[in-house]
This record gives sequence, C-alpha cells and structure tokens, in this order.
Amino acid sequence: MTARASYPWAAGFYEGDRPQIVTTRFKYEDSYTLDRYLATGGYEGLRKALAVQPADVADEVKKSTLLGRGGAGFPAGVKWGFTPAGVWPRYLVVNGDESEPGTYKDRLLMERDPHQLIEGCLIACYAAGLSQCFLYIRGEMALAHERVADALNDAYASGYIGKDILGTEFSVDIVLHWGAGAYVVGEETALIESLEGERGMPRLKPPYFPAAVGLYGQPTIVNNVETLANLPFIAANGSAAFTSIGTETSPGTRMIAVSGHVKRPGVYEIINGSTTFRDLIYGDDFSQGIRDGNELKAFVPGGGSAPWFVADQLDIPFEGRAASAAGSMLGSGAVMVMDSTTDIPAAALTLVKFYAHESCGKCVPCREGGTWLYRILERIVAGEGTDVDLETILEVGESICPGEMPHASSRRLDINVAVPFPYKMTTICFVGPSAYVPVHSAMTLFPEEFESRVTKRKVRTTIPVMAVQ
Amino acid sequence: MTDTTSNESAISHEHAITPAPDAVTITLNGRVVAARKGELIIAAAERHGQYIPRFCYHPRMSSVGMCRQCIVEVDTGRGPALQPSCMITVAPDMKIETSSPIAKRVQEGVLELLLANHPLDCPVCDKGGECPLQDQSFSHGPGESRYVEEKRHYEKPIPINENVYLDRERCILCDRCTRFADEVAGDKLIHFIDRGNLSQVNTFPDEPFSSYFSGNVVQICPVGALTAKPYRFKARPWDLEQVESTCTSCSVGCRISIHSSRDELLRFQGVDVESVNWGWMCDRGRFNFESIESDERLATPRVRTADGHAETSQSETSWSSAIAITAQLVQGALDAGGAGSIGLLGGARSTNEGAYAWAQLADAIGIERRDAQLGDGMPAQILGLKRATISEAASAATVILLGPDLKEELPILYLRLRDAAEKKRTKLIEFSGQTTGMSRYAWRTERYSPGTGPSVIAQTLADPGIVAQIAKGDVVIVAGRGNLAESEGRALASLQAVLDAVPHATVLPALRRGNVVGALQLGLGQESCERDALSTLRAAADGKLELLILLGADPLNDCPDSDLARRALAGARRIVSIDTFLSDSTGHADVVLPAAAFAEQSGTTTNLEGRVSRVNQKVTAHGTSRPDWMIAADLALALGHDLGFGSVDDVTAAIAANVPAYVGATAAAIDAAPEGVLAIGSFGVMPEAEPFEQQPNSYDYRLVVSRKLYDQAVSTAMSPSIAGLAIGSGVCIHPLDLDRVGVPDGTEVKIVGVKGSVVLRLVADATVQRGTIWAPFNQVGADVTALIESTSPVTDVRIERLS
Amino acid sequence: MSRLSDVNVALAREIIGRYPKKKSALIPLVHLSQEQNGYVTEEAMRHVAELVEVTPAEVYGTASFYEMFRFEPTGRYLINMCGTMSCALMGAVELMHHAEHRLGVKAGSTTADGMFTLQHAECQAACTEAPTLQVNYRYRFRVTPADFDQLIDDLSAGKLASEIPPHGTLGRQRQHIPADRAVGAVHPDHVTAGPAWLTITESPS
Ligand SMILES: Cc1cc2nc3c(=O)[nH]c(=O)nc-3n(C[C@H](O)[C@H](O)[C@H](O)COP(=O)(O)O)c2cc1C
Ligand code: SF4
Ligand code: FES
Repeated sequence: MTARASYPWAAGFYEGDRPQIVTTRFKYEDSYTLDRYLATGGYEGLRKALAVQPADVADEVKKSTLLGRGGAGFPAGVKWGFTPAGVWPRYLVVNGDESEPGTYKDRLLMERDPHQLIEGCLIACYAAGLSQCFLYIRGEMALAHERVADALNDAYASGYIGKDILGTEFSVDIVLHWGAGAYVVGEETALIESLEGERGMPRLKPPYFPAAVGLYGQPTIVNNVETLANLPFIAANGSAAFTSIGTETSPGTRMIAVSGHVKRPGVYEIINGSTTFRDLIYGDDFSQGIRDGNELKAFVPGGGSAPWFVADQLDIPFEGRAASAAGSMLGSGAVMVMDSTTDIPAAALTLVKFYAHESCGKCVPCREGGTWLYRILERIVAGEGTDVDLETILEVGESICPGEMPHASSRRLDINVAVPFPYKMTTICFVGPSAYVPVHSAMTLFPEEFESRVTKRKVRTTIPVMAVQ
Repeated sequence: MTDTTSNESAISHEHAITPAPDAVTITLNGRVVAARKGELIIAAAERHGQYIPRFCYHPRMSSVGMCRQCIVEVDTGRGPALQPSCMITVAPDMKIETSSPIAKRVQEGVLELLLANHPLDCPVCDKGGECPLQDQSFSHGPGESRYVEEKRHYEKPIPINENVYLDRERCILCDRCTRFADEVAGDKLIHFIDRGNLSQVNTFPDEPFSSYFSGNVVQICPVGALTAKPYRFKARPWDLEQVESTCTSCSVGCRISIHSSRDELLRFQGVDVESVNWGWMCDRGRFNFESIESDERLATPRVRTADGHAETSQSETSWSSAIAITAQLVQGALDAGGAGSIGLLGGARSTNEGAYAWAQLADAIGIERRDAQLGDGMPAQILGLKRATISEAASAATVILLGPDLKEELPILYLRLRDAAEKKRTKLIEFSGQTTGMSRYAWRTERYSPGTGPSVIAQTLADPGIVAQIAKGDVVIVAGRGNLAESEGRALASLQAVLDAVPHATVLPALRRGNVVGALQLGLGQESCERDALSTLRAAADGKLELLILLGADPLNDCPDSDLARRALAGARRIVSIDTFLSDSTGHADVVLPAAAFAEQSGTTTNLEGRVSRVNQKVTAHGTSRPDWMIAADLALALGHDLGFGSVDDVTAAIAANVPAYVGATAAAIDAAPEGVLAIGSFGVMPEAEPFEQQPNSYDYRLVVSRKLYDQAVSTAMSPSIAGLAIGSGVCIHPLDLDRVGVPDGTEVKIVGVKGSVVLRLVADATVQRGTIWAPFNQVGADVTALIESTSPVTDVRIERLS
Repeated sequence: MSRLSDVNVALAREIIGRYPKKKSALIPLVHLSQEQNGYVTEEAMRHVAELVEVTPAEVYGTASFYEMFRFEPTGRYLINMCGTMSCALMGAVELMHHAEHRLGVKAGSTTADGMFTLQHAECQAACTEAPTLQVNYRYRFRVTPADFDQLIDDLSAGKLASEIPPHGTLGRQRQHIPADRAVGAVHPDHVTAGPAWLTITESPS
C-alpha cells in the first residue's frame, strides 16, 4: 500500500510513493526551523560545495541538466555560464513572485522549507561568483515572507550567511525583498526593474538578457525558487543521483499543482518527464479523476498562459518537447481541469481578464488589445455578443500574435494535427499573447459554445480612425 | 518620409557628415546595403529610404521599444522574427523586411490598437496637420477601426505646469515626455502612474512639472496630448510658415525654427544640430517670442523735447529727424570733448552685422570707449585662449566648471554637460560659491567663499586623485562669472589658478548674452580696463562723458554695480539709446531709436563657441523699428561717413572680408553648413589678476549674487507666459546661520554693506554655504545690487533685524 | 502622522542600507508607510522620496503600479476574493455574491464602520484550495458561504487579532542583518574585482 500522506500544515500537498527531492521535509510540522533543517541533512550540500572549487560546483549543476522551474525550462547551469567574463559585480535574484494562474509550489517551498531555498541560493552564489543575493517574494505572501525572514535571521546568526561563511572566504548577503502585487513582475526583467524600485515593466531581450545586463546593468542570474531548491540535493548527492530520477531531457522531479474539477486537487512532486497528464488527473496517487463522475472537457497544461489541451492529449508525458509538439507548453507546472459542466467562454474569460488586468501597459498590443479582447468576451459571455465580435477577437488576436497560433488536435472536431508551440508575437513579454491564448484555445476547441452564445448580425461597424479636416 | 517634426529624423547630422567607419552589410527589403556598426535598424533603414513607422523612438533618447509600431521582420540566420527596429542594432548579413505581408499586418494592427482609445478630435487638436499619429495612420494604418467599445475618459486637458497642458485621452503612452524628463532634463516630475490599460502620465499631486525644459515635451509628443499654452488654438499647422534660425536668448545659440502665421510669431521649435542643441530648447528661449509681439514694443523714435532737464519728456518723432538729432549729439560731443568723451556700451544683444556696423561707426569717429559687456562678464582676452567647443567639452575626460550656474544661464550647455556626466563620458569638477544645478552631476564639487577661489582651486587641483583624473585625457574649463558680487578680477584669478595647474586645458567661455562673443570679436570688445564698461560708467558718473550710446544696453538693470549705473546715467551729458523696449535706462535718454528684434531681422550670430550661424527674419519689424546695422549706417552717413552697407548681406560680406576670424564665415559657407562655421578671434594677453588680501572686517557674511533663468530681462518680463516664473528678490542663508541671526524663516531683514543697505526677505536654504548669503540678480523687488561696489573684489555684508 | 515615525525612519535606513542603490528600497519603504498609516498617503510618499533621494512623482509612479498599495483609507481588514480560473471553476463568483450580500457593500468598497474592504483579486497561488480568499494577505482555503460568515463574525469579534494584523502589516517578522555578519551593499560602480572566493579559479580575461 502506498503512503499517501497529506499534512494540515502544508495545505494541498500530497506525498506519494515516489522519490522526493524538494518536498522531503514537508512531513514535519516544524520543517521551516533551522533545527529541523539541520537535523535532516540541512546545509550539508553547502558544506560539500565549499570543500571544492566553485567551477566544480558549477560543472556538477551543468551535468545535472537541472531545468528552470519558472516557466521557460532553461538549464540552470547553462544560464550561469552566460555571464560575461570579468564583469563585476554579479547578482543573484530569486524569483519568488509565483502568480501564474494555477501555479502553487514556490509558496509552499518558501513557507515549508525556507532553509532549503537559502542553501540553494548560497550554492548558486558560490558556484557562479554572485556577490549579493536578493530574494524577491511576491508581496501577497505574508506567511512566506515571515518564514523566510526568520530563516534568514537564524542562518545569519549561525554563520550560514554573511561574512566568511562556515569559516571560508565565501561571503554573501541575502536580502529579503518583497513585491507589492503585479503578476508581470514574475517576468525576470520586470522583476529586476521592480527590484530597482521601478514600475515592473519588462525590458526587451535582447539587449537586456539578465545574465549579461541585469540588476543595475550588471550580470544577474534570475532563478525560480523551485530551481534553487534543487541545488542542495545536487550538491549533497551529486548530479548522478539527480539524473537517475526522471528522463534524460527532463531529469529530477517537478512540483505540479492540479486544480479545478478533479476529485483531489493537490500539489504533487512528480517524476519529471515521464509522468503523463492522465497519471496526474486520473492517477490514484494524484488527483484521482474528475469530480462527481463527470467527463473531462479540457485542461490547461502549464499555467494560465498555456494553450489548452483536451482528452486527446492526456497521454502526453510531462516533458517540454512533447508538450510543445502537441501545441502547448508545460510552463510553471500548473494543470487546471475543466469538467463537462464548464461554461467554456466564461472560463476563458477569467484568464483573459487576468492578463488584461495584469498588462504592465508598455506594449500597445497588450495594453490596448488585452482590454479590448476582455471587453468583447465579457459581452459575449453576458449574451450580448454578435458573430462579428467573434471575428474581431481573431483579428485583434492576430495583432498580438500574427501568424499561426499553436493549438491542440481534437478528434471530436476532426482537427487532426496540432500546431506546435510557440507563436509569433508583437509584444515584449508573454502577458500580451496570454490574453489571447485562452480565448483562442477555447474558440478553436469549442467553437459551438461561442456560436450559440452570439446573435447573428454579419454587419461590421467601423469608424474612421482619424477625423479628416 | 512621413515625419513632420524636423528634429526627429533618425539620422542625426553627425551621421550625415561622418563617413561610415565600419560598415556592416545587411539586406534591406532584398537590397544589399551598408549600415554602420552599432546602428539601429530603424536608422539604417531610414538612411536607405525605408521609413519605418514609429512613435516612441526618438534618436536623442534611449530606445524603449514601447509602442511596437516599428516592428519589422529580422532574420539573423535563425529564420525571420518580429523585432522592434528601434531596439535592434544591425549585424552582419542580417536580413530585414520592413513591409513584408506580416510586417505590414503588424504595423496596421498596432496602429488600430493605438487608435482604439484615441479621441477623434483632430479638427480641434493643435497637432492636427502635423501629427505623426495622423500621418502614419494614413500612410501605414488600416484606415478604419473596429473599436466600438467606450473609450478611456479623463478630465480634458489638465495643466502640468504654467505653460504645458496634458490631455490624457489623446496620450498614446509612448514614454517620450517622461523619458525626456528623466534622461534629458533630469527633472523627473512627470511619470507614468497606474498600470496597464489605465496607465497615464501625470505629476505628483500639487507638484507641477517645474522644468526649465518643459516646452520640449510639447514638441516631441507624437500626438496632441501635450500642448503649450502660448500656442494653444492659435493656428493650424497648414497656416504656419517657418524659417530656421538661431536662438539668441543666450550665447549657446540653439538652432531653432520660427513659426508664424499672418505675420505674427506663434512659436519657436528646436532643430536638431549635433554640435549644439540636439533639438532641445529651454523654456525661456522657446516662449519669449511673446515679447517680440508685445504691444509695449518701441515703435517710433523718441526725442527729449526740452533741454536735458529731468522734468522734460520724450516725444515721438520721425526717423529722419531722430537720426539728424543723434548726429548733432555725436558731433556736439566730438566738438565739446573729442572722441574720448563718447562711450558706446552694448551690442551683445545684436546680430554680428549690428555689432560690426556699430564698431565700424565707432572706428570712423574714433570712439575708443566701447564694451559689449557691462562689468558683468569676463575680460575679452579669455576669447584669445585656446578655445573648446560644446562637443569637445561634452566629450572631454574632465570639465572644470568655474563659471556661472549653467542651468540658470546657459541651459542647453547644462543639458549637454549633464548628458556627458550621466553617460559617464566626462567627470565634472565644479568650483563655485553656491550649489548649482550642475552640482549633483559633478564628480567633485568644491564650494568656496567669495575671494578664496584661487587658493581653493590650487589646493584641490593638487589632490592626487584629481591629478590622476586630469591626466586621463582632455580638460576643458568652462569659464565665466559665477558671482556678480565678486569682481571680474577674482573670476580671472580663478581661471588663472586652473590654467597654472592645467596649462594644456582649453576654455569654453561661459558669457551669457546672445551674441556677446560675436560683439567682442567684431570690434565691440574691450581689452583695456581703462576704457571698459565700468570705467566708462565711472567717467560718466564723474561728468566726463559728453555722450553715452546704449546699444541695447540697460546698465540700470544689467550692471552689477547699480549705484554706479545710476550715477553714470545722471552724469552723462547726453544719452542715446537703441532698444526694443523702453527700459529704466532708455528713460534717461535724449534720443531713443527703436531697434528691430529677433525674428524681425536677418543676419548672423556667433555663439559662445565662436560658431557663426544664421538668424533669419520671419515677421515684419514692429512699427518703424530698424535693424542695428542700418541705424549705424544711417547715422554714419549723417556724420559724413559711408560705411558702404546697403543691405545686411553687405555687412556679412564685409565681416568675412575684413575680420580675420571670420574669413570662413561667408554667407555661402554658413548656408552650406548646417552646424555653422567656427570663428575664433585672437586677443591680447590676459591681464594679470590682482592679488587679493582678505581684510578682517566687521561684516559676518559674504554675498553671492547670481542669475536665475527667469529675471527682469525684458524678453522675459514682456512675455506673459514666463514673466511670472521669476522668483522675485530675496536672500537665502544656511539654516544654521539663520539661527544665528535669530529670526524666523521668511522674515524681512536689513542687509547692510559698505555702500548701503537693502531690506530683503531672508529664506533658509541648506544649499547655501555657511558664512555666505545668496541672492538672485535682477529680480522684481528690492535691489540687492545696491550693495555691490565694482571696485571691491568681494561684497561683505551684515544682517540686521528690522525692529 | 503621515510621515514615517522615527522608529520607522530608523527601520527605513536599515532597509536602504541593504541595497547597492537607494531606490531599490522604494517598494519596501512604501510598504512600511502603509503599515504605519493603513494606506499610502501623499505625505508618506514625499517622505519616502526624501529617504531614497528621488522625486515624489517617481515614488507615486512606482507605487501606483502595484496592486497592494492603496491610496485611500482602507478597512482594517482587506478581503481579497480570488476570482481567477481555478477559483472561478470552484464557485468564486457565487462566493463573491455572498460576501457582498453579507457585508452589504459592493466589491471595491469599504463597510461604513471601516472594518472591511472587499475586493476582487487575481490568482493567489493556492489554486488547489479553491475558492480562496485572503484577509490582509492571510489565507482562507476552500471557503464556503458559511465559512465566510464565520470569518466575518470572528474578525468582528476580534478573535483573530493575533493571527491577522491590521491592513498594511506585511510581515511581523522582519529581516535584520547583524552588523558583524553583514558583507554590506556596495554601489556597483565601486566594485572592480570579482569575489575573493573566485579569484583562485577564475583568471581575468
Ligand atoms: C509574464 C511572465 C511571468 C512570469 N512569472 C514567473 C513567476 O512568477 N515565477 C518565476 O519563477 N518565473 C516566472 N516567469 C519566468 C521568468 O521570466 C524566468 O524565466 C524565471 O524566473 C527564470 O528562472 P528559472 O530559469 O529558474 O526557471 C515569468 C515569465 C513571464 C513571461
Ligand atoms: S506584453 Fe504586456 S505585460 Fe508584457 S511588457 Fe508588453 S505590455 Fe507589459
Ligand atoms: S518606435 Fe520602436 S517600439 Fe516604438
């Protein structure tokens, strides 16, 4: 019989009969204390790392093929190598802004095991020569903020952070920084702007690749909380232990949140690369199927920005390239499940609204297009839309994402080939396209729900764009 | 090309004149062309005839890639990608498609989205007709909008300062104005507020956009969101005529274009020249066109009717009689006291032609007492030092600032040096008696008490850190008069102290009045302190002058020793004044000749670098007023001398033919050179600064007096839009010294000096040095210059409570 | 008192000292002012501007970008009802209707007694526990209408005072870097060499 423990202090988290890397301490109520951390192998990875050269640690991380867990899935070790030689200082910025719809993992890691994150930061700083670390926590996460503050204070007092760490030359400060509520700040360049005290508006890459031109214009590594939380394990056990879990292209584990219309919504540390969506949604060890015996209608496989999947895609494994070939992405590890009772246009509206609301306002297509899409869809959901509105959605969408849009195949609709991810876009970051993706997916996979919602008019209203003298 | 504002071409003049050093080969719409290393795609494409639509991009500010209008297809070998051409620099073998189907679709789509919330009020919008949004909608847009939702609503135009209005409904959030405020002006007083679809530009509540450069944001706004009060609803762009000219409000000489309609001046706009103003202007230069249109302007010559008694009054007369009377006055003075009894002051507000013609007239009748400055500048000989240009200063490793507060006196030079410091090209070392606008950008800033400049400078420049910095490259000294309550000799001694330490340094003279360098170089300079303005005024005060000619000079307001000026005007037997307005000084004149103002006459001007460029007439001169050169020529004829000037072009030609420094400055050469032609005069050796021994005395404070951008100068005072911006008289003191005085902040006190006393409001200001007090020059209210004695190196004062 | 109190100024200076550039402390200091005053006042923004040496417009420009900063008086308890997808799928819309009814105010407003401000919020990173809400950024999970009523009752009765501090208080535990352990923040312009522990391994290029 598998142990399927859940713990009241880690709401939503379920342990399974699977190897764990980052959630091993969640079973302890006091997992966030330094005492518990030390009693369970804490800071051993750091000790081992400090015993060898920084470059050796960086090599080990590179060999582990640890993929970024923040959404883009870029190998952490490779990213560290992008800092230009000889340019100092270099910084580490920890992305703890978790706010992608559906995503719930970084908060748990910060609330439940802050020392693991701190140890990860220290290892990264040591290996990549980063002389100061800023731990940026989403503003709305008061408890995470308090836990990390306590952990930092304890770690400083015990000599794990600050000057001459563990009696070595290695010295680094970790500064706790907190946001104030803006989803887009999770985008790494916006995170840096925000950390500089600015409005969190993304910078264009190139030229502003953080590893080259980041915080204060200096080389800066931005890593996700979960990404860094894996480092103590790699440092303590070696990359081979890490790559023995998961697949070659996606080693290790990942934390996935499954929410929506499932019997047991929850956060699971899964084996990376091989677990399928069917396992996640239907597996006994995971979400145990659709609620109330209903049918699955659709699911969002990788956070609110991801194009939607339907039942045809259930057997796709949790692996980046497979997801992309099927027309979507894994993003931030968030699966949102809709059952047969779901009002699809209304569900799409919640996401369109989210991205329209979260636009930073920098790019015209996102700032104007997102809100326009939201207004039209809102009208349609309210039963006041027309067939012309449906056309307008696609045309406004095309101004944000010109060219073919990724989408899944659907046997029900005789769409036999998926259009692979990603898309072309006219905006700096993915917020703009993300306001279009849900409604595009919904309209592509469930056209009948939109057509039945609108009245037929077939007359387009337009106004001249400029008054002429 | 669709862009309507002439200063916004992606190609700056620099690019137009320097050949491509390292060419990069790119394919632009199928054509192989050469681009420059580091060049942005948008600029390279424009040089090759492909105008890419844009809104946020501005060649003088950093790219932000915000509007997304300039997106094109860029292939660097990994397949075509959509990229904003204002953010991406060219790379070898890059393939660029600016109007492929997808690029066009994007450009149309972005325009439709930009217009979604833009009101349809073009017929009542100032920008209509010269609006990049309107123009690019026609050239690159879809022609219609499907946007049927309600548009964003904001309170219609709100003032963001005294002269600029903001209509947030029209705003397309291109970040140009806010970027200007941040990057160019350094006055971050307008900002994006709120987020996303609700973003807006605004100020902090009750903190207006008080910037000396605010008018620029009106000019660079690509829609009609920012409008200038002096121009609002005055004209439609298609009724405007325009001509390029050079601003002579100060000696920076910004390139501008003058706009008029129906013979009325309506606005000035900056024109981008690489060597000078980069398209910018200060608000004083931009808005003081109002004074030219003022009803108070002198329209007709005036003569004093009865014989020189105080109670007699001036009355209007014809030019022929005015010239005849003036000639009689000159002749009478020559007969009575010889040429030595005639003084000619002024000319720095004129054109090169006006100054030269008057110098020729003075030569003809032998007037030696002539000076284009009024004891408020520096010896003319500093123009004979090895000179630097603005661009040389702004690219030098080190700039040593000795002069006045550049932000207040030479605002665009301030912008150029601020840019140099902010972009880390240049380190500024400032020596000053007070905190200036430049202080916060200075690498080192040394405050000294008036009189102690030379020793502080010598000491500081011997500091090993500074010596190392100075050794790093070119050094330029910005030299001028920082404190009008300290003598010219002291300013000279400071300059000498720098030159002693850094002999190879070049000098950028920071003299202020529009054409002061031209006037000094063209014969109105004075090298002898026996015949300069102060000695001339002293002679007049002593009753030794038969005739004082004021060529656009107002000694009562402009001479730091106002008491001397007052005695001089009372003591001169006859006074002839050539001016545009009745001033305090013209009131004393026996003959007043109305002069044509800026924009009412053509010619050339010389800026502080020695750059000669065109000034052009745009409107008919007010009343019967005439250009200075013509008045000189007529007067010469009446005195029996033919200067040989039948037109202004004759004078320009004569200057090029006769003045060595101006040989290159022929009309043809100036017209062919968008950057102007440099004319560097040579002068005699610099006078030795007299040593100065500090005498112990019973005064507690040393006075610092300097100019603010807005003061009582007629061009400001007669321009309603900016007149009210002058701060008025007063005196500032360090808060700890204020405690010593023992009065509350803002109390009126009596400032007592050797010469007398004035009552002024005393204001606490922590930027004032302990032991000194600072007062603004030439402001409405009690006149602090009553305390200044031109023979004394410094001005010491005491503060007394009133009761 | 709208400017920061002396205690908070001391705290502000400590926070500023952690960053290589002062402006980085802007958001934390605006939080501090909101903690002190319950919302962000103009006076406080001016004070923050002084402390980090920027203009008030820059402070306002940054602060107004972020959702958590409120520029008008706010209830002692700010109730953020998540309405993004996972919560919407699990009944967030109905819960919001209930909340409006129970508090007698529409979303976006404050009860007359100044106790509660109710508002729509976006995803709170607790999607598996939908529908969720936060009271002053402290979570409640899988909230039923009955749970909501109980919560309001408890808050009104002061029963949750120890768990949920008044609006504006972000973290009751703060970071303090002990002076003897701190490496210290250095302006990037003043850093010329790589960190000491690297010099052995990385040769300059
Ligand atoms: C709109 C947007 C929002 C994002 N939000 C987050 C986030 O909340 N947390 C996060 O770690 N990464 C987020 N990312 C990804 C980051 O930009 C960045 O890729 C990541 O922090 C890098 O860390 P990693 O390499 O460890 O994954 C977001 C990206 C975009 C475009
Ligand atoms: S896509 Fe949207 S959120 Fe992203 S930078 Fe552009 S405007 Fe901002
Ligand atoms: S001009 Fe390039 S994005 Fe605006």
